[in-house]
Amino acid sequence: MSDTMPDTASTARSPGTGVAAHRAATPAAPRPRRSRRGHHGESLVGLAMTSPAVVLLLVFFFVPVALMFGLAFTNARLISPRPAEFVGLDNFVALFGDSLFWASLRNTAYFAVVVVPVQAGLALVLALLVNAKVRGRNFFRTVYFLPVVTSMVVVSLLWRFIYEPDGLLNQLIGAVSFGAWEGTDWLNNPSTAMPAIMLMSIWQAVGFHMVIWLAGLQTIPAELYEAAALDGASGWQLFLNVTWAGLRQTRTFVLITITIAAFSLFTQISVMTQGGPLDSTTTVVFMAVRTGYEQQATGYAAAVSLVFFVIVLAISLVQRFLTRERD
Amino acid sequence: MSHHPFSRRAAMTAGLAAGLALTACSAASDGSGATTEDGVTTLSLWTHNGGNEVELALNKRVINEFNASHDDIKVELESFPQESYNHAVTAAASADKLPCILDIDAPNVANWAWAGYLEPLGLSEDLFEGQLESTLGVVDDEIYSFGYSDVALNLVTRRSVLEKHDIRVPDMEQPWTAEEFDDALAKLKAGGEYAYPLDLGTAGGGEWAPYAYSPILQSFGGDLIDRDTYTTADGVLNGPEALEWASWTQNLVEKGYVAKKSGADSTIDFVNGKTAIMWNGSWAATAVAEKYGDDALFLPPVDFGHGPKIGGGSWQWGLSSECPAIDAAREYLEFSAKTEYYVAYATELSGIPATEEAAAEIPDFAPGGKFRQFYDYAAEYAVLRPVTPAYPFISSTFQKVSADILAGGDPQTILDKAVNDIDTNIQQNDDYAF
Repeated sequence: MSDTMPDTASTARSPGTGVAAHRAATPAAPRPRRSRRGHHGESLVGLAMTSPAVVLLLVFFFVPVALMFGLAFTNARLISPRPAEFVGLDNFVALFGDSLFWASLRNTAYFAVVVVPVQAGLALVLALLVNAKVRGRNFFRTVYFLPVVTSMVVVSLLWRFIYEPDGLLNQLIGAVSFGAWEGTDWLNNPSTAMPAIMLMSIWQAVGFHMVIWLAGLQTIPAELYEAAALDGASGWQLFLNVTWAGLRQTRTFVLITITIAAFSLFTQISVMTQGGPLDSTTTVVFMAVRTGYEQQATGYAAAVSLVFFVIVLAISLVQRFLTRERD
Repeated sequence: MSHHPFSRRAAMTAGLAAGLALTACSAASDGSGATTEDGVTTLSLWTHNGGNEVELALNKRVINEFNASHDDIKVELESFPQESYNHAVTAAASADKLPCILDIDAPNVANWAWAGYLEPLGLSEDLFEGQLESTLGVVDDEIYSFGYSDVALNLVTRRSVLEKHDIRVPDMEQPWTAEEFDDALAKLKAGGEYAYPLDLGTAGGGEWAPYAYSPILQSFGGDLIDRDTYTTADGVLNGPEALEWASWTQNLVEKGYVAKKSGADSTIDFVNGKTAIMWNGSWAATAVAEKYGDDALFLPPVDFGHGPKIGGGSWQWGLSSECPAIDAAREYLEFSAKTEYYVAYATELSGIPATEEAAAEIPDFAPGGKFRQFYDYAAEYAVLRPVTPAYPFISSTFQKVSADILAGGDPQTILDKAVNDIDTNIQQNDDYAF
């Protein structure tokens, strides 16, 4: 910082360490203080700009997380005439014996394992398509992005109608197959409920990641493509060695964001299936909200959240490790 | 000064910001239920009727008439959408911001009284003498709330439909038995006119499930909780009677009498002729009577062995314990308990008037009136949802039970897990002892 404030009086100053040396040599000189005041001013401005975000983070993130760590070991209730009592590991013991928790964990994992590659892959395909120099490119970019800016609640309600037994999807299937295939009651069938929700979630969010891939694609210099084409590379080799190689950082970002979004699956479940049928769509976040808010068992819900926090943290760290810069 | 003034300052600023933020958050106003200015006390009143024009108009009428007749007390209304009302009250209670007067869904009265939100009404005993039992919130022998009207579940159908399929028309002396009902449904299904002859409202979520289906469970002989001790549901929710109820329900779905997920509005479907028999509350009576006139039948529920049963308890008015002007609030509640208001609420909402006096003034509900049977059903068959602070948990568990049973899960597993959850919850709360 001090380097940007030229100190005209000093001629023998080297950048960086100069200020400290100069201060030691001439403690009364006003000029170092000017640059220090400048430094001081800039850092204050910086702090002022970050403080709203810091406050929000502290109040709405760090404090609740700290509370969660505490509440998980108590029998706190949302409303109760009695104060919460410390119960040690009781909540965790109950949790690990609760079939609903394991079903939730399983469904969340199922969702993540399918949605992460499919959504990332589909987004990449779309990004490649809209990167091409065709007419109407902006139209397609907008249309693919529209579902992203629509509220998930609205999307869930609409798709709930589409998935009804005599809804749009089954009518389409009937029309396309000339009545040979009827389709089923998508959301009430335990085996099709989760795939149905996956399809809808991917449709809604793919536009967002398409835009991110697009940004990554556009950082790849066109000369690389020309050079590779001149060397006689085929389309697939072009993709693998130029495009895919150049997208490494974008890939990491997309992967991590989709994984975290997949783990936090809640809205669609709450609006469309409420965890049913037969626990085939319940997720960990949904279970935590239901136990903590509807059933008022705050301590138990905190235990669920804590376990989930640890799992997501572990997976994120593993992902980070696998995608680290290997220099 | 360190070489890193930034980090130390950052820490200080962050700490200060955090302190300010937390102080701001916790500086909640205390007990904002009532304010007094220049000798006029303004009480706040909350209701769940947001968006419901008819009921809101009724609330406002009572409040306006009270405000006009009292110089020193004014009441201010705030309405919330029904779906989020309970959450709003819970949140307000945690923040000490409860209103002075609020309405409560009957089954929640015990829980809120136990949690300390509600104060006993403390009005004279005679005021509520003779009211329908299901319209009073009595916990631990104290009256905490009162309601103007109630609703009766009933089987809605048409005389012409029954006669066409040679099905007997039941009455209170001789309600349908389980076998008769099954035969009737078989005939209706075989007739081919109805994709699903019976509409149980399986699309309804939330409190509808315990309200509509636990009476059927009770008619089979099961229950949501053992009402002798209120500490366990073992034996009543997972006993042989409950299993019978579960398999009967699943049978209905398997045989195609009931849709797994009915239409969003059962009344509209029935009025449009899509179903033959509807299990719904008396709130639907006006619409049905309008369409079908004298052909409409509002039949008593089926007797599955332990007598026909229906639910009871609608929204009731109560007093919050944090109200700084409790006497003023009590005055309002006493004022609002006039017979003319009972009549108004019952008439406008097609609800059953809670008192005999009010019923006498409404032609439809007076003896001989066309909706009189609802009053009789409410008096004869109503079983309150368990009056216990554990009710919200029981309700949430039962919602899941009915959803899982309709979806075709194994009844014994589902019911055993529900009993386990309920018992554990009650234990963890020291039996919800007052």
